[in-house]
Amino acid sequence: MYQIAIIGAGPAGLSAAARAAARDRQARRSSPSYILLEGFSAHAKTIQRYQKGKHVMAEPGFLDLRSDLGFGAGSREKILSAWSDGLSQLNVNIRYNAEVRKIGGGKGAFSIQLVSGEVIQAAFVVLAIGLEGNPRKLGTPGEDLARVQYQLDDPKEFSNETILVVGAGDSAIENALALAEQNDVWILNRGKEFSRAKDANLNAVVAAITDPRRRLNCYYETSIKSVTQTGGAVPLTVVMQTPAGEKTVQCHRIIARLGAIPPRKFVESIGIKFPNERADAIPALSRHYESNVPGVYIIGSLAGFPLIKQAMNQGYDVVEFINGNDVKPADHPLLEYQFFGLPFERTVDEIVERFQTLIPMFREMNALAFRELVIESDLMVAFPPGAEFEDARRRMAQLQKKLAKKDPQPRMTRVIREGEVIYQPGEFGTSFFTIVDGEVLLEATGPQKIRTRLGRGEFFGEMSLLSGRPRLEKAIAGPGCILVETPRRTMLKLMNSNEEVRSGIDWIFIVRELQRHFAPFASLRELRNIATRVTLRKLKAGEVLFAEGETGDSLFVLRSGAITLLRRQGEADQLVSQVRSGQLIGEMALMGDPIRRETATANVAAELIEIKRREFLELTRRDDARLDPLQKDVSRRVVDKARMQVRPEAGTLMNFLMDEGLGEATNVLVIDEALCVGCDNCEKACAETHQGVSRLDREAGATFGNIHIPISCRHCEQPHCMKDCPPNALRRSETGEVYINETCIGCGNCEANCPYGVIRMVYDAPKKPGLVSWMIFAMGSGPGEQPDYKPSAKSKEKGKKATKCDACVGIKGGPACVRACPTGAAIRIGPEQFVDLVEERKR
Amino acid sequence: MIHRNLLSYRGARYLWWSLGLIVASCILYVTQGDAQPPNGGTWQGYVLGTVGALLIVWLTLLGIRKRRYSSTMGTVQGWTSAHVYLGSALIVVATLHSGLQIGWNLHTFAYVLMCVVILSGFFGLYTYMSYPQLISKNREGGARAELFAELFELDRNARAVASRCAPDVAIAVDSSIERTTLGGGIYSQLFSRDDSYFVRGAGKPVRNTDQQQVIDFVGARLPRAAKGAEAANLQQLIVLLCRRQAVLRRIRRDIRLYGWLKIWLYFHVPVTIALLVALVLHIIVTFFYW
Repeated sequence: MYQIAIIGAGPAGLSAAARAAARDRQARRSSPSYILLEGFSAHAKTIQRYQKGKHVMAEPGFLDLRSDLGFGAGSREKILSAWSDGLSQLNVNIRYNAEVRKIGGGKGAFSIQLVSGEVIQAAFVVLAIGLEGNPRKLGTPGEDLARVQYQLDDPKEFSNETILVVGAGDSAIENALALAEQNDVWILNRGKEFSRAKDANLNAVVAAITDPRRRLNCYYETSIKSVTQTGGAVPLTVVMQTPAGEKTVQCHRIIARLGAIPPRKFVESIGIKFPNERADAIPALSRHYESNVPGVYIIGSLAGFPLIKQAMNQGYDVVEFINGNDVKPADHPLLEYQFFGLPFERTVDEIVERFQTLIPMFREMNALAFRELVIESDLMVAFPPGAEFEDARRRMAQLQKKLAKKDPQPRMTRVIREGEVIYQPGEFGTSFFTIVDGEVLLEATGPQKIRTRLGRGEFFGEMSLLSGRPRLEKAIAGPGCILVETPRRTMLKLMNSNEEVRSGIDWIFIVRELQRHFAPFASLRELRNIATRVTLRKLKAGEVLFAEGETGDSLFVLRSGAITLLRRQGEADQLVSQVRSGQLIGEMALMGDPIRRETATANVAAELIEIKRREFLELTRRDDARLDPLQKDVSRRVVDKARMQVRPEAGTLMNFLMDEGLGEATNVLVIDEALCVGCDNCEKACAETHQGVSRLDREAGATFGNIHIPISCRHCEQPHCMKDCPPNALRRSETGEVYINETCIGCGNCEANCPYGVIRMVYDAPKKPGLVSWMIFAMGSGPGEQPDYKPSAKSKEKGKKATKCDACVGIKGGPACVRACPTGAAIRIGPEQFVDLVEERKR
Repeated sequence: MIHRNLLSYRGARYLWWSLGLIVASCILYVTQGDAQPPNGGTWQGYVLGTVGALLIVWLTLLGIRKRRYSSTMGTVQGWTSAHVYLGSALIVVATLHSGLQIGWNLHTFAYVLMCVVILSGFFGLYTYMSYPQLISKNREGGARAELFAELFELDRNARAVASRCAPDVAIAVDSSIERTTLGGGIYSQLFSRDDSYFVRGAGKPVRNTDQQQVIDFVGARLPRAAKGAEAANLQQLIVLLCRRQAVLRRIRRDIRLYGWLKIWLYFHVPVTIALLVALVLHIIVTFFYW
């Protein structure tokens, strides 16, 4: 009977086991009080699988490591060997190849059943199994043979073998293609086609299968019935079920890539509850990482902490917690710095608790998640101008001086003056604000200055969060205001795991949109009732909202995405308008013409608020309703649509732009081919101003008429690249540019997520010589990118990092590509200029 | 109307600058007294000469500004627009400076070099204004690499079909593909020279300019086709060869247009350097006369 059973030997599990081992040693115990169970044959499976020499980052930099094992940024080998040294030094009780099948019992007496059938007893269980899950096996006799592999580390390891690759996903295809370089490969596909694969992989595999010179072939609609080791030169005998009946083949090895079984099922089998069905949901945990099943603790990425250092710290802390030692978590000082400037003195835990009770929307959140939210947020405190403010400033300056040596600097309270502007209209905000105390004034732009006062527990900034549009109003710090400014990423994560927060934000968004479009003077209370009756609609790209000729009884406010309006003209559909987030669609149906005059289709995924006639009338019947501007908008739009309709060529061009995904762009490079002389000065300028690597490919990309859209970032309203960046290295500046900061760990998620192929993974380029030393002394390479540069040993050790266009944020004069174009062919424009672009063009 | 070309940059602002410069130079010119004929030696002549020399130096600086990628001193387009207009005005300034005193000497040599540079610039401007449009139309939205990709695909298909035809047809098609020429030296690129050959029958390779002869050869075989299958293959082959001809024409035109778009700079820049040298000598020599 152990005190603690730790499951999973990743960073979190290793660190927990190391802590337990260190405690045992301190207590001079002769036998270990804990056991670390690992299903794989080595520790840190995920990191073992990284490519050789990969550089691993130690983000977040401002968090200190608290573990009995060492860890710092460095190569994969260095980190793994530091851990195995630590494991042997502490003599950690680790059992490999011990996959857990079932956990039964309860706190104080858990029984952990292994796949081997053995049962291990423990008082507490720490789950540190990560999110990756175990690979799905063949499910046939012979699935555990040594020559049946579920991963492929190095395809070059094998040559001139006959290999069966089982699976039709991206990893199966990539493995098969790589193996076919020097082996005879058969890919076994259960289906008739490779429908799950990425386009590039699909094309590559189909081309390779049909090419007789390639050593890759495919069995379609085929599955394995059994595998036996028969020995001989070709040792495996495989019986397959093919459409033509059973077939037996010989091969050297089988690589099965059938995906992974997500750990959620296993976790749920223990009795742990997830808040919802979403794939990225995180189980609710206490401040001590304890789940709803008493005695079962969850740490690491399964608990929502994907970074190595966080996971290791939690491993340490969880063992201390279990032993009744309520240590302050390693992130405790971070909160202290953040709360330092508050005008009252309380302990960190008290403040976190108080904040949570003050904000209704966050009350239901679990304590750990709320704590994380505060750590990732900025705290802003407003003081009246004068002595009080100066004093607070001084105190913060002192703290800053004290922490000056820390690199990067941890977040500290942001002290502002009452009356200071928090954000201006037009800024690209990415954060969400919650008022903990005091007041904030929102001032809407437009013909009438409409002011709204917000108080404790209320929030703002949700519009930019949900739609990705720039701020519409001015926010001013009121008396005594204390704000939590939460970054977009944290907020989205929270909305995905917490229904309460999601519906709260959805609701306020609807209320504010109704207020903005129809009833600026209505109070929140009045609008609340109406808001509950409107519905939220979601469309996938290509889905139709309504069709021309239908009778409509509602109008829509586009919350995010883009919608195209098409009119049937003779045989063809003619684009007449392009609606972007924040605008109205189908309003004529409620303003006199119930017949839909256009077909509305989503270009990209879109979310809309649908308002029915009754609610619309309720909103517009008020004395102070905003009817006049609404009507003006409507007539302007009708005229615009007619103008587009009579010029089909403009519509076709607009259609092309939308097909290229510009519906979600905020800033896009457009080249006029009638002016472009192909000098590539744009690319050279890009490379020269960005460490020698160009972030745009002029020649690639689509062309229509004279208009060419090169491969270059469009700075999407809701950037796809920002979706899944572990160190949060992708940022959006206030002026809208999406860029990557120096904390990039080179994981490649953003490259995979970008649908426009504008992100590349590259080594650092060698330093360029000055113009004169190049011209006169022939040193290094000349201006522009040198695409075949040899990365230095140092940059190779650092590894490939993601690079993308940052629209030259922070560089004076704007984008270098545009400034360097000698003929005026290259321009960067926003969506509001698309109409000018398609207008009759003459020079 | 959102893209602006070189000439209409900022409402042709530098056109007005250069017109102003021309008017000022003319006024200066006519104020030269009767004591001596207008020439570079009067004070007006010196002023015109200095302005001209400074202009030349400034015009060459475009080559540097273009490569100062982080410079915020205007945009490269603005510089180029000014380069074009002020460079044109230079002809007037320098001619007035010379007082039309032409002779077989270093001064006239510098003047001629300058005229050559400016005229080559005019040609460059012409290509910049009209060729991109032609190139874009010729490529029909694709890149040159795509044209080549299509060509290689056609090559492969034509060979495959030809291999199913009579041996002489197969030899003719194979050899016509192998001996197709594209590009080459400067002359071949600029004038689309086509040195393509193909092997007809057992004889020596014959010219196959524009791929027409091989098409005619395969076409002539068609009426003599023995079997239905052969006729079908030959017909398919002719379609492939004609498409190949069209793609080759397009690539050749692309190479030619692109060549002209680039070549003038290889002339314009070296002559500019020569001009700078001549200008320095001209100034030094002038001061010997002083």
